[in-house]
Amino acid sequence: MARALINIPAKARRGEIITIKTLISHAMETGYRYTTTGTRIPRDIIHSFVVTYNGEEIFSAELFPAISANPFLTFHTIATESGKIEFTWTGDNGYSVTEQAMIKVE
Amino acid sequence: MNGHNNPGATRREVLKAAATMAAAGSVAILTISPSQATPAEMKAALRQVIGEAKIKRGKVKLDVPPLVENGNTVALSVAVESPMTPSDHVKAIHIFNEKNPQPNIISIRLGPRAGRASVATRIRLADTQQIVAIAEMSDGSFWSDTADVIVTIAACLEDLQ
Repeated sequence: MARALINIPAKARRGEIITIKTLISHAMETGYRYTTTGTRIPRDIIHSFVVTYNGEEIFSAELFPAISANPFLTFHTIATESGKIEFTWTGDNGYSVTEQAMIKVE
Repeated sequence: MNGHNNPGATRREVLKAAATMAAAGSVAILTISPSQATPAEMKAALRQVIGEAKIKRGKVKLDVPPLVENGNTVALSVAVESPMTPSDHVKAIHIFNEKNPQPNIISIRLGPRAGRASVATRIRLADTQQIVAIAEMSDGSFWSDTADVIVTIAACLEDLQ
């Protein structure tokens, strides 16, 4: 259901700074909108995003309703060793999605 | 006033607001628009995150288009000048706005393993306003940059009645 796109180079040289782009499908309902009958639509957002590289946290973000629907984030990291980069999005109403990507460092 | 024709409290409020608006002119538009943060609230939120530290201008580069057609998705990027070594790196980047319902936009934590202190995302803007990016360095200093954005179609508004 939740579709996440992760763009990361499959291979990198040791010590190279790589760019990681992530996008996840989510409405990011702000909690400030109303339906046509005047009832407030409750907030439903992703509020936290954490990235770990072989288990070590390299990036994290706290998101607020001001982030657009389908949160997109671009950031960087140093390719230190081959392994697994894990992405976790956590949100309201028990929302939690974890995706992973493998990287080969030469 | 009862039975199937009951207008309900919300509709009554809307009508009342409309009447006030007609009477008081454009100023009363504020009474039916969603709650807005103010520059003062932004300062308060900012102080809550970074404490009483002094904020210096520079080092940070906040990149937002000056004129935005659709406030629902505004591309934003922040880059901070820093060698990103274990002894001298950017610990966090916080972004605030003046006039959305909430002053916070995003708080990012990074470290020397980022290699480059540069992030990009897409945000919502409810009005023409100023955006502030603040970088927290490993030595405890704070640096900032601001950008003014003109928004033609505000986020949220199209779903409000």
